Amino acid sequence: MATIDSLPQPDLYATPTLTTRLHGWVASVDHKQIGIMYLIMSLFFMILGGLEAFLIRAQLWAPNNELIGPETFNQLFTMHGTTMIFFVLMPMLSGFANFLVPLMIGARDVAFPRLNALGFWLSFFGGCLLYFTYLGAQGLYGAANAPDIGWFAYAPLTSPAYSRGNATDYWILGTMLTGAGTIAFGVNLLATIFTMRAPGMLLTKMPLFVYIFMMDAVLIIIAFPPLTAAQVMLLLDRYAGAHFFDPQNGGSAVLWQHLFWFFGHPEVYILALPAFAITSEVIPVFARKVIFGYASMAAATTAIAFISLGVWAHHMFTVGLSDVVDTIFAASTFLIAIPTGIKIFNWTATLYGGRIRLKTPMLFVLGFLSMFLIGGLTGIMLAVVPFDWQVSDSYFLIAHFHYVLFGGSLFSLIAGFYYWYPKMTGRLMSERIGVLQFIFTFVGFNLLFFPMHISGLLGMPRRIYTYTEPGWVLWNQLSTIGAAVMGIGFLFFFYNLIRSLRHGEIAGDDPWDAWTLEWTTPSPPPTYNFEQIPTVRSRRPLWDLKHPDDPDWKHE
Amino acid sequence: MQRVGGIVKKSGPNGKDETDRLVSRRIGSAIIRSMSLPIVRICLVLLALCASNLFLGGILLAEEPTPGDTNAVPTLKTLQEDRNTLILDPESPPARTIAEVFYLVLGIVVAIFLLVFVPLVWMLFRFRMRKEDEGIEPPQIYGSNPIELAWTVGPAIIVFVLFLVTARSIFEIEAAVPPADAVHVRVIGHQWWWEYEYPEYGFITANELHAPLAKDGSPRPVYLDLESADVIHSFWLPQLSGKTDVIPGRVNHLWFAAEKPGWYKGQCAEYCGTQHAHMWLRVKSESDEDFSAWVKNEQRDASVDPSVVEGRTLFMKNACANCHTIRGTTAKGKFAPDLTHLMSRKTIASGILPNTRNYLLQWVRNPQTLKQGCNMPDMKLTQNEVKKVVDFLLTLQ
Repeated sequence: MATIDSLPQPDLYATPTLTTRLHGWVASVDHKQIGIMYLIMSLFFMILGGLEAFLIRAQLWAPNNELIGPETFNQLFTMHGTTMIFFVLMPMLSGFANFLVPLMIGARDVAFPRLNALGFWLSFFGGCLLYFTYLGAQGLYGAANAPDIGWFAYAPLTSPAYSRGNATDYWILGTMLTGAGTIAFGVNLLATIFTMRAPGMLLTKMPLFVYIFMMDAVLIIIAFPPLTAAQVMLLLDRYAGAHFFDPQNGGSAVLWQHLFWFFGHPEVYILALPAFAITSEVIPVFARKVIFGYASMAAATTAIAFISLGVWAHHMFTVGLSDVVDTIFAASTFLIAIPTGIKIFNWTATLYGGRIRLKTPMLFVLGFLSMFLIGGLTGIMLAVVPFDWQVSDSYFLIAHFHYVLFGGSLFSLIAGFYYWYPKMTGRLMSERIGVLQFIFTFVGFNLLFFPMHISGLLGMPRRIYTYTEPGWVLWNQLSTIGAAVMGIGFLFFFYNLIRSLRHGEIAGDDPWDAWTLEWTTPSPPPTYNFEQIPTVRSRRPLWDLKHPDDPDWKHE
Repeated sequence: MQRVGGIVKKSGPNGKDETDRLVSRRIGSAIIRSMSLPIVRICLVLLALCASNLFLGGILLAEEPTPGDTNAVPTLKTLQEDRNTLILDPESPPARTIAEVFYLVLGIVVAIFLLVFVPLVWMLFRFRMRKEDEGIEPPQIYGSNPIELAWTVGPAIIVFVLFLVTARSIFEIEAAVPPADAVHVRVIGHQWWWEYEYPEYGFITANELHAPLAKDGSPRPVYLDLESADVIHSFWLPQLSGKTDVIPGRVNHLWFAAEKPGWYKGQCAEYCGTQHAHMWLRVKSESDEDFSAWVKNEQRDASVDPSVVEGRTLFMKNACANCHTIRGTTAKGKFAPDLTHLMSRKTIASGILPNTRNYLLQWVRNPQTLKQGCNMPDMKLTQNEVKKVVDFLLTLQ
């Protein structure tokens, strides 16, 4: 990787050979290098997951299309969902957290650097193991060469009777490995934030980015172990004659759903919180204002984290739980809308009266804000249980969670790339290509996912490889065109990432005139981060430095 | 604190003061300037290629093969008589309650959306950084307790109202007590077809559910007990009711009361394996007399026609009888649809193909060409045997 080495090396050393450089990355325990490797991993899997999505859209272009057969289609949506959740969004947020949290809290590295490296390599090889399924899982009957169980793998479709061969095992083991890596990451992040903050940085004086990632780590530590446990139970079912999820022998198919969604719903917030974190940094810097209502933002984050642990059964309203259970989970789901609303209002209030600079990071964050708003509102609609009975597992639901996870999380994470790329590489990404990417991604995204609301209301269920209903054709074709437009947006993104490595403008230490500690270090930061550990008095240490006449700590 | 000197820099990163231009102008000029980039040209060509491919592909693939041509894959048909699957066009009380709730909730969320989105867009124009503002920071506002309290309490009231609406509609739909004239049906989901048992009338049929209107033409509710023989399915007829999952080891309940006669359509809504896409549902709502006649016919054992005895023997001799039941014969299999009155049904293969001689011929020859991955294997019958078996099936009125 040329990111760090593209800068002039000290004369002390001869230019390192490729092998030396690679060794430097593979053997690294530096949080910044590991962070960047996480990001590269997520971009790599984003290409795979994106191509899978594009094939799915191509198949659904026309009714009765036979471009892709049912088995391949089922494998594609399983791999697409698993890839995007576990191997794109998760490593992307881990990457940003790894790179930025120590810098933002004024630390020289994370608490457990070796555990950090272990976590990354577990996650990465988990992804490789999952994709090895295409080579290794031919299976006894040749029935499938990739898992075709859907990303939430409902029992008993995963039992040996309905899922022959080894593809399902690759899914279990691949995601279990990456889950172990993620738990390592979460523990490490929490320990780092708790023990390694710069002098003066109380928990209440951390940048919101760090505060939100702290709650994210708490959620990871609570939510991932149940998934791992459920996966172990599933493996026991498949290979050791256990009957946890086998209804024919007294097991319960619903048990898997409880265990999975007890992980699965917090997981949605594990993916959404980093988007909030990035937004909470980008909006103030580009509106030139301090975040409005730090305390209520932090409280809202904490509330979201803990309420999100008690809403999982809203994925199961159609399961036939009792009316009372449905009602209670509807209530908790509505409840989570309140702190989420506070966040959106506070971000908007931060914009009010600011001096807004519409640079690419800001464009993507505004994209996040509006798309997440739509996703959140359709989420409220889905919490209305009887309406959920109609549109659950329909395309309306697909539209909803893509607005949350793609229009929400991913847009904000892309903003993160534009915002911190100069810190990681020393060069800025091109504004011009960035704006183009934003236009294509934003237009393509809405063209792709908005029509899905309508096809859902028209009664189109998800995960069908083909359809005949004439009324669904138009909406599916709009979606497919949207996918192509968005694909071009992502070509711009990758081109920009690669081009700017060598040709981007030199960024300097603080290109955005920002306020958190990472911008006091050179770009890219040296291995030791800070020559001297800084002392902090407020949430915006650089504001204090730049405005000694009116420092933040007088107001906090 | 180190390296403070290089930080306090007020102009943009590239030294050019671009920040004061209007959004539209920047975006427009960015597009025009970028046309010269090779990557952009390549992308445009790629986009054109993709679009034309998709368009052509769509046309070619959507073309219907002739039904008589046995080599072609027949096009699956949405039958002329089928009603739509729009959830906002309800024809049954539960679906109507849901549609009403939908409009209410949609109104609320659209209002919230406009309330947030419009000010957001306005602010982007109102508070753009102007050239004269460069280097001047706006007033820093750290928060405001009354305002923050307001937008905590406001949404809390809204969601409380939504919660009351939700709770009321849940109990309104679920608390319905079956009236004396309700029809009870036991539904069993199979990989990839539906089995229906009418316990009051004592027969089993498949894939097409019949529901009567009352004698005076008013709707007569149908109460379903949902069970699964293998994996999880979901029973969903958008015009009649919300979906309910069909879960092995569990009995779920669902009710509807179709208000108009006709064919209601739906399909399995929980991913259940290879042919999940082709696990369709049809409910025929019909007058009381038609329903009674249908029940009477279904209650009979299969008719015996001596002219097709050869096909009948083939059916019983081969593995067909291991999976299918034909009442009144030795065929008592339970894994596949009951064929006793096959020809009383409009469709085969869980509703995806019209029940005609041509389709039956092709189905019996090799079902895998019509429904790839389905559990009925290619029986390797000869052309002649296929004809005889189908002739036999055609007598199962």
